[in-house]
Amino acid sequence: MGKAIVITSGKGGVGKTTTTANIGTGLAILGNKVVVVDTDIGLRNLDVVMGLENRIVYDIVDVVEKTCRLRQGLIRDKRYDGLFLLPAAQTKDKTSINPEQMLELINDLKAEFDYIIIDSPAGIEQGFQNSIAGADEAYIVTTPEISAVRDADRVIGLLEAKGLNNPKLIINRIRHDMVKRGDMMNVEDIIDILAVDLIGVIPDDEAIVISTNKGEPVVVEDEPLSAKAFKNICKRIVGEEVELLNLEDNEGKFSKLIKLLFSK
Amino acid sequence: MDLFKFFGKSNKSSKNVAKERLKLVLVHDRSDLSPKFLEMVEGDIIRVIKEYAEIDEKGLDIKLTRMKRETDNMPMSALVANIPIIKIKDNKKY
Repeated sequence: MGKAIVITSGKGGVGKTTTTANIGTGLAILGNKVVVVDTDIGLRNLDVVMGLENRIVYDIVDVVEKTCRLRQGLIRDKRYDGLFLLPAAQTKDKTSINPEQMLELINDLKAEFDYIIIDSPAGIEQGFQNSIAGADEAYIVTTPEISAVRDADRVIGLLEAKGLNNPKLIINRIRHDMVKRGDMMNVEDIIDILAVDLIGVIPDDEAIVISTNKGEPVVVEDEPLSAKAFKNICKRIVGEEVELLNLEDNEGKFSKLIKLLFSK
Repeated sequence: MDLFKFFGKSNKSSKNVAKERLKLVLVHDRSDLSPKFLEMVEGDIIRVIKEYAEIDEKGLDIKLTRMKRETDNMPMSALVANIPIIKIKDNKKY
């Protein structure tokens, strides 16, 4: 029996879809059978972030309405055999599915996959309610901004009201340089305010923009700091203990060399 | 002249401003008081105050608001009650 994890945030644009694509791909790299599910009906995007937009025939509404079989709705990833995408419908709206149907769908998927990673839409309306319906665990994505942290707090409350206790936090787009000069809330500040457990911190990284442009989740690469951060989250999900990344690596070798010279 | 400000190192970094504002707004978001709750509080307050004074029940206003504690400026939520008193009752018995 697999585990279903919903990636949610309340606020839009904080990186839910990117996080879903990278965690899903990262877990597949570790050898798991994974399906990423896009529940953002009407505004689907997980397909383009995964680079699978040209392969879509059926979607989640077709599967739920039994227009096609579950297997027909799943799109196999182009790089990893154990990785599949269940795309959202683009021409329908959030009310085309209800939470009961979602629960049934996720349970069917849990019988076949090790991990089901569910990409939630922004907001707290029916699309959100659908996305959390079958989830065993919830990960909240936030950025170090007031608006995102506030919405994260609200979503944590809503999740707990639905029995999804102890959601875990992913802090996205941390900028070490700004944190250092006191112009951005740091990890401790945010944890302190939200009072939830942390599962990972993702640095603000150009590599993510570049990889999204190409339709390849950054986690498939070795070098970028954000790729390492996503790999670490995946290792934590499968039960490994991994320390938080030292984001100072961001500084680059040159400035480190200078520091070394002057520290003598 | 404030030397700290002069060197652009104000002790109130923008991060601390953000944290403080966030804490204030969350106090309010989290309280999520239902109208029923306030109604019940209002009813009980009226009952107690009436023992001591004649009050204008229609002019009574109870709300939850945010403010800073005077002693240390910590953000707090406060229940503010505005109770117009018509007449203090005869207090011979006290």
